[in-house]
Amino acid sequence: MEETIHNVVCTVCGCCCDDLEVKIKDGRIVEVKNACAVSLSKFQNYNNEERIVKPMIKKNGEFKECSFEEAIKEASIILAESEYPLIYGLSLTTTEAISKAVELAEALGGVIDNTTSVCHGPSLIGVHDIGVVTCTLGEVKNRADLIIYWGSNPVFSHPRHLTRYTVFSKGKFRKERKERKLIVVDVRRTATAKMADIFIQVAPNQDYELLSALRMAIKGEEIYLDEVAGVPVNKIEELADLMVSCEFGILFFGLGLTMSLGKSRNIDAALSLVRDLNEKTKFLIMPMRGHYNVTGANEAIAWQTGYPFAVDFSQGYPRYNPGETTIIDILNRGECDAALIIGSDPAAHFPVSAIKHLTKIPVIIIDPHKNATTLISKVVIPTAITGIEAEGTVYRMDGVPLECKKLVEPPSGLKSDEEILTEILMSVKKLKGEEKLYE
Amino acid sequence: MKVKLITGRSLQQGVGKEAGKFSQEYFNNVAICELDPNDMEALNISPGENVMVKTKFGEVVLKAVKSAHSPHKGIIFIPYGPWANLVIDPETHGSGMPNFKGIEAEVFPAKGEKILTLIEVLEKISGGK
Ligand code: SF4
Repeated sequence: MEETIHNVVCTVCGCCCDDLEVKIKDGRIVEVKNACAVSLSKFQNYNNEERIVKPMIKKNGEFKECSFEEAIKEASIILAESEYPLIYGLSLTTTEAISKAVELAEALGGVIDNTTSVCHGPSLIGVHDIGVVTCTLGEVKNRADLIIYWGSNPVFSHPRHLTRYTVFSKGKFRKERKERKLIVVDVRRTATAKMADIFIQVAPNQDYELLSALRMAIKGEEIYLDEVAGVPVNKIEELADLMVSCEFGILFFGLGLTMSLGKSRNIDAALSLVRDLNEKTKFLIMPMRGHYNVTGANEAIAWQTGYPFAVDFSQGYPRYNPGETTIIDILNRGECDAALIIGSDPAAHFPVSAIKHLTKIPVIIIDPHKNATTLISKVVIPTAITGIEAEGTVYRMDGVPLECKKLVEPPSGLKSDEEILTEILMSVKKLKGEEKLYE
Repeated sequence: MKVKLITGRSLQQGVGKEAGKFSQEYFNNVAICELDPNDMEALNISPGENVMVKTKFGEVVLKAVKSAHSPHKGIIFIPYGPWANLVIDPETHGSGMPNFKGIEAEVFPAKGEKILTLIEVLEKISGGK
């Protein structure tokens, strides 16, 4: 039997392209259309030898396969017995699963954080400070005549961003490449910079200075220097003129701003720049969110707790204090005594000091594939892959929710993240005694 | 040679990641250090030879790759991943975010030295088996 499924949402990056066409033959994916290289690699490799199909528990340093019941029980006991458990990951799963994870964190009196804290955490902190003027990607596609990527290299990180939403897209009012200007600000001449009409090479860690100089130039103030952040002042003034004279400008910013010195202060400056620009023209700003549902993680955690990430329930009510309740800080201080990781690989992406603490505590991981973190885990619970073998809601980087589909059956016995988290939640509630939770 | 270290995403890293964290592809694409061609000349390193990157926080041996995004004299680039972790700055300055970019570093030729595998990196971090 052969069928083609249309409007499939890609579950890789924050673009959440929802136009893939997937051909299925005898229950297997045989062809994928419209996908970029990274997406294709996912479809080609999701069932490779690194796929885990059986739950495992580590005993005396060796992994032993076990049943799902045993794995859920072991995980629940570890979590219920810990004093300050940490739940982390959540940007590569459905919003429904994230919602369950929040409930679990509350039941445990632990901390829930998502990958935002090591990508656009500073952006959200900036938004708390300044506020944000933003829009949907559809508006960008239809209207934007000036597009800026600052500290972001979408050709690599969001391969179809330019063709679907910005310079190469065919919008309602801007149809051709020549109707739009592309400006790239980065420390290196990236692949995206090579396509730009203007490339501004900023010195590392000096984005704040450049943003501030741009704000001055936009206000018509004189800059008594030859260059700022390695950029000649006449170039800054030229850029300011372009920004002021566009009809609909958008500033997309990436981790080049959030991860460099200044962090949320860089975002404050970028948000303020865009606010200033709105006195003269229409200008918007949007973070280039990385994983396909990192935005959903912020949404779901915020509905339930009031805060978008790094929420601590140890006092019995939600507290949020980035720098204290964020995963890197908790691990650096060696505070948590157990961790539940959902769809993330902190052992491959965190600084050494943080990973070190993870290797000392019992770690439970829910993930379809082997990774660096599964190696250091005590309990490994394999899962169906969201967007291929499990369905649910994801949020595109501009906050538009989309339904991702179940295309094929998962390997036998595998459940979705949502189902696994629901089972752990029920089991933990039983272990803790329901009534105790609502004292 | 004193440089500024930037870590970041690369297309090959993304493709390698989907191919599997233990795949040869991931290792080939991630255990690398991109340098400015002029810096490579000054250091007397040819593409494919190994370099050692040292920061206040650790050191790591990587394969030198000629940057396709030059000129960026004095800046080196390592894709996100286990190897970059060995040298990044864990301090979050109260933001929750470690310094992944713009870290002071030194780079040296390290022809004879071996690049650790992913498992060896983890063993090194956890203090060996
Ligand atoms: S750009 Fe992102 S969402 Fe779109 S197909 Fe590529 S990986 Fe998937």
